[in-house]
Amino acid sequence: APVARVPAGPFDTTEPPTPYAEAAGYNNYYEFGLDKADPARNAGQLRTRPWTVVIDGEVEKPLTLDVDTLLRRFPPEDRIYRMRCVEGWSMVMPWQGFPLAALLRAVNPTSRARFVAFTALHDPEQMPGQRSGVLPWPYVEGLRLDEALHPLTLLATGLHGRPLPRQNGAPLRLVVPWKYGFKSIKAVVRISLTREQPPTTWSLAAPDEYGFYANVNPDVPHPRWSQATERRIGEPGLGRRETLPFNGYAEQVAHLYSRMDLRRNF
Amino acid sequence: MWTGGLIPVAVFALDGFTGALGANPVQRLTLQTGLLTLALLLLSLACTPLRHLTGWTWPARIRRALGLLAFGYGALHFAVYLLDHGLNLGQILEDVLKRPFVTAGFAALLLLWPLALTSTPRSVKRLGFARWTRLHRLVYAAAALGVLHYFWGVKKDHTAPLVYGAALLVSLLSRWVFTRRGKSAAR
Repeated sequence: APVARVPAGPFDTTEPPTPYAEAAGYNNYYEFGLDKADPARNAGQLRTRPWTVVIDGEVEKPLTLDVDTLLRRFPPEDRIYRMRCVEGWSMVMPWQGFPLAALLRAVNPTSRARFVAFTALHDPEQMPGQRSGVLPWPYVEGLRLDEALHPLTLLATGLHGRPLPRQNGAPLRLVVPWKYGFKSIKAVVRISLTREQPPTTWSLAAPDEYGFYANVNPDVPHPRWSQATERRIGEPGLGRRETLPFNGYAEQVAHLYSRMDLRRNF
Repeated sequence: MWTGGLIPVAVFALDGFTGALGANPVQRLTLQTGLLTLALLLLSLACTPLRHLTGWTWPARIRRALGLLAFGYGALHFAVYLLDHGLNLGQILEDVLKRPFVTAGFAALLLLWPLALTSTPRSVKRLGFARWTRLHRLVYAAAALGVLHYFWGVKKDHTAPLVYGAALLVSLLSRWVFTRRGKSAAR
């Protein structure tokens, strides 16, 4: 479906977007293999239609929606966000999507809802990487409810004005630009509001390396490398740029963590 | 031997110009030079057991070149890392001192330095064969640290580092077996 072009929004970065070839050719998506080029090679067999998304848990009006119905109800808008991978590289992604908050408000969270749990598709037939035990499947992620309701938090359905490529998480993925990329779960099939903090795949796999919050933080190193700098994909030459607190979105989101020790809650 | 050993450098240069190193060329270059270092180091360690096993003499003749090539690619691997970090000494020192993954790799390369510097026949003569041999046992530690560096550097799938580790173990075990056999035969 063609995507309506809207003027630059208040959260858009003016940095040059990463070209489509790199943005859709260099991906971490273990469901389709461990190499960065694997997802573009192996995701072609994923059937993105029909695609049903369930929104349930601590809500008054649970929903089971076809993704096209979802898109008609929540028309996508342009959002140009920085994306910082925990491995120390970054991109500028021109997404199309809609705020997760709009969807969450439509299902009326109960007063007991405190977190949002996300589940990705689990289908080893379509996702060859799931035939290996490299991670526990399906991929799961979670946000605190206030993080999920933040206007920066996006459900993306497009990239570079085109339908979202399969290797980037089609047909529906989360985008949380102030957190490391692994928080932004791809191929979402279920969104559940919960009372307790939900499990997240990488914090289960390596709890000393990847936490629940995973906010981009140049001052908290990964056990094996510094997070102070990053390599911007698509830029020529050697050298790295400085990583910004909350990936440059501190003004918008730092208040969410004002009473937290971010060294402990990494 | 030398021509063959330097082909990867030409391939890297060519790939760099044509964009074939992919979206993250620096990372690709780091990984490839690291793998070459480890592979060449393990090949150099396989020379002696191979000679014992087969009676061929050529493995012994290419051992020095393999070791020096391993050192060369290790130095290139480190140089790419240094340039990538903009020669930021503070960050590099922090990496070497505080992150075991980097410490292991750095130590491995450090151990290869005296070996590269004493790789000539003249050095063997100057040091005396026994002392030279003892010094060059450092290569075992360097290879073990290299495998550890690779193991710690991998995010999730440890198959490849374990294969390298197994190759190192086999090479060390066979060496041990041949030395013992040699000793009992001498008795």
